[in-house]
Amino acid sequence: MSAPSRPARRHLLPGFGLTLGVTLVYIAVIVALPLVAMLFKTASLGWNDFWAIVTSPRSLAAFRITLTTAAMATAFNAVTGLLIAWVLVRYRFPGRRLLDGLVDLPFALPTAVAGLALVTVFARNGWFGQFLEPAGIKVAYAPLGIAVAMAFTSTPFVVRSVQPVLEEMQGEIEEAARSLGATRWQVFARVIWPTILPSFIAGSTLAFARSIGEFGAVVFIAGNLPMETEIVSLLIFIRLDEYDYPAAAALATVLLVAAFVLLFVTNALQLWQLRYADRR
Amino acid sequence: MPTAARPRHNRGIAEILLILAALATGAVFLAVPLAVIFIQAFKAGLGVYLSKITEPATLHAIGLTVLTALVVVPVNIGFGIAAAWLVTRYRFPGRKLLMAVIDIPFSVSPIVAGVTYLFLYGAQGLFGPALEAMGLQLMFTIWAIFLVSLFVTSPFVARELIPLMQQQGGEDEEAALSLGASGFQILWHVTLPNIRWALLYGAILCNARVMGEFGAVSVVSGSVRGQTMTLPLQIELLFNDYNALGAFAAASVLALLSLVTLAAKALLEHRRHAG
Repeated sequence: MSAPSRPARRHLLPGFGLTLGVTLVYIAVIVALPLVAMLFKTASLGWNDFWAIVTSPRSLAAFRITLTTAAMATAFNAVTGLLIAWVLVRYRFPGRRLLDGLVDLPFALPTAVAGLALVTVFARNGWFGQFLEPAGIKVAYAPLGIAVAMAFTSTPFVVRSVQPVLEEMQGEIEEAARSLGATRWQVFARVIWPTILPSFIAGSTLAFARSIGEFGAVVFIAGNLPMETEIVSLLIFIRLDEYDYPAAAALATVLLVAAFVLLFVTNALQLWQLRYADRR
Repeated sequence: MPTAARPRHNRGIAEILLILAALATGAVFLAVPLAVIFIQAFKAGLGVYLSKITEPATLHAIGLTVLTALVVVPVNIGFGIAAAWLVTRYRFPGRKLLMAVIDIPFSVSPIVAGVTYLFLYGAQGLFGPALEAMGLQLMFTIWAIFLVSLFVTSPFVARELIPLMQQQGGEDEEAALSLGASGFQILWHVTLPNIRWALLYGAILCNARVMGEFGAVSVVSGSVRGQTMTLPLQIELLFNDYNALGAFAAASVLALLSLVTLAAKALLEHRRHAG
């Protein structure tokens, strides 16, 4: 870090008051106020009503479906993300730069477009669906489809978390380990894996958080049947449509709190990563 | 730079298998869904495609989406510069906390973002009764789309600028200050030239998200046909109307935008590494 400490002590440059004012007012009006308004609405429900809403059978089913499909998506992304990051950093091969660019596609592609594309390829007559459905694997309009949509939109997280750490790893430690007689597998298990582990978990946590909140891609492919393929985001949307505002507020608050907890976990992991980097 | 300088060696079986597995994942999982949008959009020929794109409702949705981006992106560029200047050029209590708060919208899911605005400005919301008394309606109008888009994309520019400006430090600005430049002169002649590529990249990412936002906008737009349908909402509407060709035509516009975004990213990264 080359963070300068010199301009830190005094407010030498002009603009402190202006930028502070602009930043705080903007965050207060655009970000904080709406969040407070929703929490206020939820708080006005009282604990009993809140509890009754979030533990209703349909809510519980939505939580279960969302969590299991998000876990499936995250597991898939953990494996393929690690694989892609490893291959991109370690090997040179034709198509490498294309693959590297393709990894960012899910962040650039609007979720509605992703959903439309995925339901098309996984539908019964789609490119993949025509082979998968006769084999008994139903993706579109099934929980698996939700997982596929979530996995698609959160693809970049694990790759982009692990990639820079792998790139920064110096070859010397590995070479030292090899020269001391370690096998390739031992080098990976004892040297590489412990180094990338914090960023790997952080990336997976980000992917999981994103999957839990994903809406646009999922509604196209899920089928959206209550108790079967209805995720929490969609249930919130349906409650709004029914003018059941207390239920929408309560469910949205649960999603918000879950997101903040996961954000906290990621930040803690990043601190762990930094400590690890300092120790080396 | 990555470990590119390693001597060439014969690839082992494991290496070849890993490369093939990664390429297959990228092709099946990422490239095919992208390709299918364009293939389906042009399936019935260019003439049909053009007629679908130029349907009044779709054209209107494109216009509304562009208008939203024209309003939201400049505002968040301004916010991003102010916030990045604040947290990288000064030290003050609560600075770290502020940096975390700036990032909050990234972790709020789209539906929740929409719901928060509903409970602020909607009829059931905190300011709802007051707005109603004044005869103002924000929810289910284009203003609500602007506001929720501002929320969702507020961190994009700031997040690109903060690491760069932190790394650059404030020496250039201080030199300009000692030569007698005013604050805005410093910003215009010193800071902006130093951060232009990161700024452009942040703006491009912000734009992509504004134009593609679905969940948050679908909550607050009211989806009034021909009034508050942005392009992503229009795709869903056409899809639910069994107008597949129309949906794919509309989707191809946004897919093209995402390709432009990716190309810009590749170009700008190249430039940044080149200096």
